[in-house]
Amino acid sequence: MKWLSDSKVTHLRAIAAEPDFSATKYTFIKELARGGMGTVYLAEDTELNRQVAIKVLSTPELTEDMRRRMIREARIIARLEHPGIVPVHDVGVLPDGRVFYAMKFVRGVRLDEYAANNESIKDRLRKFQSVCDAVAFAHAHGVIHRDLKPQNIMIGSFGEVLVLDWGVAKIVHQAVSSEADTLMLPRQDHNEVSDTAHGTVIGTRQYMSPEQARGEIDQLDERADIYSLGAVLHFLLTNQAPKDARPRAVNPAVTKPAEAVCLKAMAQERSQRYASAAELSADVGRLLDAEPVAAYKENAYEKVSRWVGKNRFLVLLVLAYLLMRIFFIFSSRG
Amino acid sequence: MSKPLIGVILGAILGAIDGLTAWFTPEVRDQLGGIVVGSTIKGIVAGIAIGFFAKKFHSLPLGILFGVLVGAFLAFLIALMQGGYYLEIVLPGTLVGLIVGFATQKYGKPAATANS
Repeated sequence: MKWLSDSKVTHLRAIAAEPDFSATKYTFIKELARGGMGTVYLAEDTELNRQVAIKVLSTPELTEDMRRRMIREARIIARLEHPGIVPVHDVGVLPDGRVFYAMKFVRGVRLDEYAANNESIKDRLRKFQSVCDAVAFAHAHGVIHRDLKPQNIMIGSFGEVLVLDWGVAKIVHQAVSSEADTLMLPRQDHNEVSDTAHGTVIGTRQYMSPEQARGEIDQLDERADIYSLGAVLHFLLTNQAPKDARPRAVNPAVTKPAEAVCLKAMAQERSQRYASAAELSADVGRLLDAEPVAAYKENAYEKVSRWVGKNRFLVLLVLAYLLMRIFFIFSSRG
Repeated sequence: MSKPLIGVILGAILGAIDGLTAWFTPEVRDQLGGIVVGSTIKGIVAGIAIGFFAKKFHSLPLGILFGVLVGAFLAFLIALMQGGYYLEIVLPGTLVGLIVGFATQKYGKPAATANS
């Protein structure tokens, strides 16, 4: 009898763990990431000759609820056609019965990795604004993400921002868009969704709204995502996930208006938060343009300082003019 | 606010300040009123020209260059009429043109495009 070496056994185990894509148009390349519910693989679409990311249920003990969740996740993403949301190309079932869906393979870095290599607060705020816009789009179509965090946001090779992992997303209401061909979410979807039971805590604790942390699933609406966006902004301003400290206590370089925007988004009482992601995005835009933000009331000194900071070159020109005038006055007297 | 209007306002204010500084030159103090009026008109003319230029051409370097040339030219004409004080008149006039050229490029409502 011939024994297999350890390396061969390990190799065979790895092959056995690979999903069987033989009945599909995809060929396995490698594993990309492993999550609680699914594993994401890199695969080749043999018909279109392009690489795709395929999410496959990782649990061998399949339940009907898990299958429905995966299909529901794929449907939610497929309906959110937006440059900031990863498009789903295909959904199907593997020979072993596991559900999978294929989506665009995003080449880039996660937002936390991007922040680690990019010191510019302005650049970070611009990326954050794109995240807000993608989330605002999802909200407009009745979908809340419920697990927004830097690890679920990708920055593509060309600077594009993509919100990932809609695995715990929730449909809260029908789309309000009047366009006939837009992404209307049929009511039956809400029924077919196996909604998370009241009292269940889902998401990531540090980026989770207080109502979500209390497990008040029925109470969750867009403002739960607004809180998470505020927590992401806190991370971008301080390089730390939010704890109890205000952003300026962690990083004194954070301006008061930026801190106010962050704290308004992260208000404990959800009625005190921004009413929509679009409102938050607009305030971040005002921060970038050195305009007064809705979250912070400036005093006269701060108004003047902001104006001078924004119009530095003009102020320098006028000062140069006045200095030259003073010089001429004194030189004519001399 | 339109770019020509910004040019007029800024040109008038800086022109008036320019004229008022003549008070510090005792030899011309008795002509202060005329100098202020003349300088303000010069500022307004420069502001209109630079403002309309900014409305037509959206380029900061070109706007500044045009402002400098217009400011210097008008100030030179004034100095020519005064028969002296070339440096004291042309240099501030040039700087005023530079400021107005910069401001009209940077601020104010741009001209409407065909698509808007």
